Amino acid sequence: MTSLAVSDHQAETAAPAKVIQPVWVRLVHWINAFAMILMIMSGWQIYNASPLFGFTFSHSITLGGWLGGALLWHFAAMWLLMVNGLIYLALGFATGRFRKKLLPITPGGVIADTKAALTFKLSHDDLSKYNSVQKLLYAGIITVGVVIVLSGLSMWKPVQLHWLVSLFGGYDIARYVHFTCMALIVAFLVIHVALALLVPKSLRAMIIGR
Amino acid sequence: MRRLRKLLIPGVDKKLLVRDAVKTMPELTRRRFITAGTSLGALTLLTGCDVVDSSSAEELLKKVSKFNDAVQAWMFNPDALAPTFPESMITKPFPFNAYYDLDDAPEIAGADWKLEVRGLVENKKSWTLDELYKLPQEKQVTRHICVEGWSAIGSWTGTPLRDFLKLVGADTRAKYVWFQCADKDGYNSPLDMRTALHPQTQMTFKFADQILPRAYGFPMKIRVPTKLGFKNPKYVLSMEVTNDYKGGYWEDQGYNSFSGN
Repeated sequence: MTSLAVSDHQAETAAPAKVIQPVWVRLVHWINAFAMILMIMSGWQIYNASPLFGFTFSHSITLGGWLGGALLWHFAAMWLLMVNGLIYLALGFATGRFRKKLLPITPGGVIADTKAALTFKLSHDDLSKYNSVQKLLYAGIITVGVVIVLSGLSMWKPVQLHWLVSLFGGYDIARYVHFTCMALIVAFLVIHVALALLVPKSLRAMIIGR
Repeated sequence: MRRLRKLLIPGVDKKLLVRDAVKTMPELTRRRFITAGTSLGALTLLTGCDVVDSSSAEELLKKVSKFNDAVQAWMFNPDALAPTFPESMITKPFPFNAYYDLDDAPEIAGADWKLEVRGLVENKKSWTLDELYKLPQEKQVTRHICVEGWSAIGSWTGTPLRDFLKLVGADTRAKYVWFQCADKDGYNSPLDMRTALHPQTQMTFKFADQILPRAYGFPMKIRVPTKLGFKNPKYVLSMEVTNDYKGGYWEDQGYNSFSGN
């Protein structure tokens, strides 16, 4: 009787679906999404002041109205992005999440999962486990996130952080690096949002945790 | 792509176009634009309603900009020198850049011009160009970085501002050196004292070894390689050593006041 009660009790606590995305992940994810969108939209307005390529971004999708306003937004949202990003990196390493979720990434696994994904045979039954393509993309976008912050810092403080500028090969190259990282993030965002909508339970997990 | 570029703005310099467009707006409109960005921007998109009262968003942005001034002052290392380059890397032609066309650049007669020195200095005498040319000069080949993002390497020769401040007995504990210039609509700009005392901050009389041409700020510009270009005054009329923050042409419109490199 007693033992039965105990096992019942255990069954009850185990019964609620396991947490796929812990609360800290969900929190930093949405703060990051918000900060990133502010950074990208104000960044487009800043780009328009001196375009690197033969196009500018439509005023309707930029933030700040003019260069001065966009810079205010960019240099305000950067704190949110950077502090939030540092918390994410620190907790990602400290909790072992990066190691457990993102490693190992093998070429064979990536090729096999890419094929499976393109033929719609990839399983999404266990959202707590990333497939190889996810691992590669998530590890990649984290790296891009680090590079875009570093290239941004080097453009913001090219004298005080001149060693960082040298690391990128000069001020002008840092601008192209910063732009390229933005383009990669936007490309990631398109795929990421599209897939989240295709597999709605993954979106639910990022909102309520399971 | 080339065709697209032509279609976008045929035969018009995009930088000038953007600048002209902004210039034509009354200041209030420019300020409002920051605000408009709030309601049209991400906040509305994300929430479907204007969650942030636009004036309070603007106030917040201004506060963060002030905070960024403090962060940059803290980051500023008075001994960190801006990288210098060989003369072969000088950008040719070095761009003319202002909020007006070259035709509207001030035309100053060197013989009549005098630099006025005001504020917390012992010697308030005005300086003729000939007197200034006699001061010891140094040359620097550094990168000019515009707030718009582009940059160009130039060669500037003149007297370190800190030597001149010493010469006129300036109170270097004061907070700012405030420059007033001859640009139309009255350009002015405050320079924090630590930057004014930086070894590369220069009262510039020559560009590329030639007397400063009208395009680059004749008769005198202040070259500050540790600041963005808009904080490098040209056509200087006066300098005032002061503890008061007197604002500046661009600073008042919303560019970050410290804007250090």
